[in-house]
Amino acid sequence: MRRLLTAAAFCLLAGSAAAQGTPSGTLHIALREDADMLDPTLARTYVGRIVFAGLCDKLFDIDQKLAIVPQLAAGYEWSDPKTLVVHLRPNVQFQDGEAMDATAVKYSIDRHMTMQGSFRRPEISTLDHVEIVDPLTVRLVLKSPSSPFLSQLTDRAGMIVAPKAAETAGKDFALHPVCAGPFKFVERVPQDRIVLERFPEYWDAENIHFDRVIYQPMADTSVRLANLQAGSVDLVEQIVPSDVAAVKRDSRLKLAISNALGYYGITNNVGNGARAETPFGRDKRVRQAFELAIDRTALVQVVYNGMFLPTRQAVPPDSPFYVPQDQPPPRDVARAKALLQQAGATLPVAVDLLTPNSPDVRQAAEVIQSMAAEAGFDVHINTMEFASSLDTAQNGNFQAYLLAWSGRADADGNLYSFLYTGQAQNYSHYSDKTVDALLDQSRAVADVGQRRDLYAKMDAQADQDLPIIYLWTPKNIVGMTAKLQGFRPVPDGMIRLQGLAMAK
Amino acid sequence: MARRRFLQRPSAVGGLVVVVGFVAVAALAPLVAPDDPSATSWSLIRKAPSLLHWMGTDENGRDVLSRVIWGARASLLAGVVSVLIAGGVGVPAGVLAGFAGGRTDAVLSRVVDAMLACPFLILAIALAAFLGPSLQNAMIAIGVTAAPIFMRVARAATLDVAASDYVEAARAVGNPSWRVALRHVVPNIAPPVLVHATLAIAMAIIAEASLSFLGLGQQPPAPSWGSMLNAAQRFLTQAPWLAVFPGAAIFLAVLAFNLVGDGLRDALDPRDGGRS
Amino acid sequence: MRGSLGGRVAQIVPTLLLVTVLVFLLQHLMPGDPASIMAGEEQDPQLIAQIRAELWLDRPLPVQYLHWLGNVLRGNLGYSWRMREPIAHLVAEKLPVTLQLSAMAFCIAVAIGVPTGVIAAVRRNSAWDYLATGVGLAGLSTPNFWLGIMLILLVSVDLGWLPPSGYVPLSEDWRQSLATTIMPAFVLGNAIAAVLMRHTRSAMLTSLDQDFVRTARAKGLSEGRVILRHALRAALVPVVTLGALELGTLLSGAVLTEQVFSIPGFGKLIVDAVFNRDYPVVQGVVLVTATLYVCLNLAADVLYVLINPRLRGA
Repeated sequence: MRRLLTAAAFCLLAGSAAAQGTPSGTLHIALREDADMLDPTLARTYVGRIVFAGLCDKLFDIDQKLAIVPQLAAGYEWSDPKTLVVHLRPNVQFQDGEAMDATAVKYSIDRHMTMQGSFRRPEISTLDHVEIVDPLTVRLVLKSPSSPFLSQLTDRAGMIVAPKAAETAGKDFALHPVCAGPFKFVERVPQDRIVLERFPEYWDAENIHFDRVIYQPMADTSVRLANLQAGSVDLVEQIVPSDVAAVKRDSRLKLAISNALGYYGITNNVGNGARAETPFGRDKRVRQAFELAIDRTALVQVVYNGMFLPTRQAVPPDSPFYVPQDQPPPRDVARAKALLQQAGATLPVAVDLLTPNSPDVRQAAEVIQSMAAEAGFDVHINTMEFASSLDTAQNGNFQAYLLAWSGRADADGNLYSFLYTGQAQNYSHYSDKTVDALLDQSRAVADVGQRRDLYAKMDAQADQDLPIIYLWTPKNIVGMTAKLQGFRPVPDGMIRLQGLAMAK
Repeated sequence: MARRRFLQRPSAVGGLVVVVGFVAVAALAPLVAPDDPSATSWSLIRKAPSLLHWMGTDENGRDVLSRVIWGARASLLAGVVSVLIAGGVGVPAGVLAGFAGGRTDAVLSRVVDAMLACPFLILAIALAAFLGPSLQNAMIAIGVTAAPIFMRVARAATLDVAASDYVEAARAVGNPSWRVALRHVVPNIAPPVLVHATLAIAMAIIAEASLSFLGLGQQPPAPSWGSMLNAAQRFLTQAPWLAVFPGAAIFLAVLAFNLVGDGLRDALDPRDGGRS
Repeated sequence: MRGSLGGRVAQIVPTLLLVTVLVFLLQHLMPGDPASIMAGEEQDPQLIAQIRAELWLDRPLPVQYLHWLGNVLRGNLGYSWRMREPIAHLVAEKLPVTLQLSAMAFCIAVAIGVPTGVIAAVRRNSAWDYLATGVGLAGLSTPNFWLGIMLILLVSVDLGWLPPSGYVPLSEDWRQSLATTIMPAFVLGNAIAAVLMRHTRSAMLTSLDQDFVRTARAKGLSEGRVILRHALRAALVPVVTLGALELGTLLSGAVLTEQVFSIPGFGKLIVDAVFNRDYPVVQGVVLVTATLYVCLNLAADVLYVLINPRLRGA
């Protein structure tokens, strides 16, 4: 009740405040799960990145069209293919008053590269070292040319932490992080809430219209919906497709839907240990038959009410690297059976499908199981919690793995580590010289059109070999109160607080 | 004598009838179920109960009645097998502790105390999750976690029997301990162990349903009542029937085993009135 | 008496030590490498090696155990791998939520279980007795989580009386807090009520049969007085102690109930930790619950001796 009253009170205030430009009120955001460590170097989760969007600014950001725009940087240029010069925004302060300058940038990037347990090091492994040119300029020297490198600085690897605070706190920095974002850290009650408070000295303060932001994890989809309907949260980071109708029916609510950056697909074990030594792992015709047995449109219809997008690619249609002519083949059970016959496989072909233990993915696995059965596959579903499924896949203890990737702004982030010989996320242990060469070339070339053509060639090869059968591109379905204005749906799904305001 | 006492209790007989009914349905599932429990139909997604599908269809267009019937297999199997595991571990340990006494008893009893100190379901969840989700591992997890109580029951019964005249007599004649244990103790502790086992099946069925509800038991597409409830939770407002029927099945089966267990206790072991 | 209590206290030390061994082994039962699980999506070998060294996973098991035990004895339960939060902090954060739920559940259980048990015993073998016994057995046979789902369907979805799930702390708004916890507390209390009812019934049957009750009746005291003042008081002794032991059941039951109602308590903490393979949290939480349970056990024993005059001399 009290919450409703305060909600009503701050709506009134926010209405008048938005007109005058002074920030007020609290924004309540529901997240799908709790974030992990609030340290840009050590953090791993997707929802953690959403909290960082309020807490820590990055050197660069991406906009709604996936173009790279400066944030803490003022601009950049490549002085040669291996040297990136970044000019910093002047007069930027960290939330503890320390100045954000070239020294701080070097400190943060070095921290990403050297700190024990850093999850950023693999992301920026092409970086050799950082040089300070002057207080507002740094030079990033790479080991080899890398066109996707810049896009890494639009995410956690580009977040700059306050050096003094980080140095004092050491490994405990996550308990009271200090950055240069629009809101500063107040408190965190695990599994309950993370509270941030407006940072008045923020460089872009005029675009901030709230005093506080409270992030609350709500794992249960119906709880998120109920809280949004009751007005106890203002914005829900993810509404599930089956709840979309309920939000649309409610005139006090609205939706913002955008394609996500990632994909859902089946990663097939073609060379990772003994489990690859089966017709499914050895013979690409068997995998082709498997793909032809799946009706992606029906699958998405059954599991996601048709809201997600059937695909055959790792990148969404919004990406400049999307190849329009590469469309999913229609379901063809007869051809699938013929392919199995050509391969000389004994029916039914057993396939062990490793599946993370979330209800929608499990349902998708069951649908695939049923569809594949008609073509002569006997799919065994092996569900496991997400963390241990990754470990299992890493050890090659699977034939097929129904895996989602949250996606990165540059196509390289969705492809290289998954398909290139010997890379960390290449669970399939796929290894093809043509594909490797094309992935390398695409890193060395700067022109987007040229890179897309290289990816198109690579797709053609990978579509034949099928180390990964891409199934659908998910969507970011953000639900919010109709009074909330200025929300920008960016494919990375982050909730940017700049420009968000509550109207009357 | 005991049989007559059991048959005089209408509730116990009723429970037995329901248990037999569930066992029959589970055994004859292929004949009784109207449909294939895994047969999907994309045109029948989440249809309410009707004449064609008495309990409606689920999120993949499968017949819920058929799945409840096949689910009985998983639940009863889990109930019986995990109790066999628990009894197989717990009863010998209990007899050993009760009969050998001394240091053996002290050590075994402390281990049991330690295991019982950890909440049952939490231990079972942790075990099942760490072993990897499958019906088999769920049964092992439940069996292992339930074993300490069997040990306590068997130990108490053994202490009772060991103090009796004929056991002391058998010992006095010079029979080796293991022989006395096998010939005289084991047959005499059967009644309390049997009573406990029946009640433990009821508890194990709930435990299996709980694990499956968390996604740690039966794997898809094979149905189990708990995993059906798990799937149902996503569609509570759109398709409530998905939650009603599997839950009712668990309730009935557990109630029946409890009734039979209570009846058995009154018939075999009339001293103990309460339930602990 | 003092000696036997001292013996009981001495006994819990090896028990607790065994609990620590058990809890520690739990982690090492599982297949897979915790370091590689922690390394997450980007499996960097260098990172995995670092994590292994940091967590002492590269030492022999007994060394790891002693290291961990040493920390626990110094009150350091370790850190959550996932959130880097001290586990003691997490426990202090979540335990009150579950305690609130448990306390409410216990009150509900007593309010339902004791009166029905008394009625069933006093009207033994009447329709009332059968009804109470039957309802009690039904309560015992209902899976907690299903009852929770059904209540949400009925009370929240159909009738719209209470919020379906979520939690508001008592300190924030006590009315909202009660509204969010009353259903889960009822679900939790239901099974305990059935157990209490059975205990009350059998304890009442015993005490109604005893000399002092007969004497009281013979003195011409009214039946209600006899039942409430004499029989029930004697019967409550075992009921109270058994009730204390049921708190362990409450903690177990809270696991699924909190899951169904999305309540951020102890049960949810451990389920999330199990699923995220946050082993230190699993270890810490199991250890804390086990210690609580052992201490409650001891308290129940002491209570039993204190309120039962006949045992005092023994």
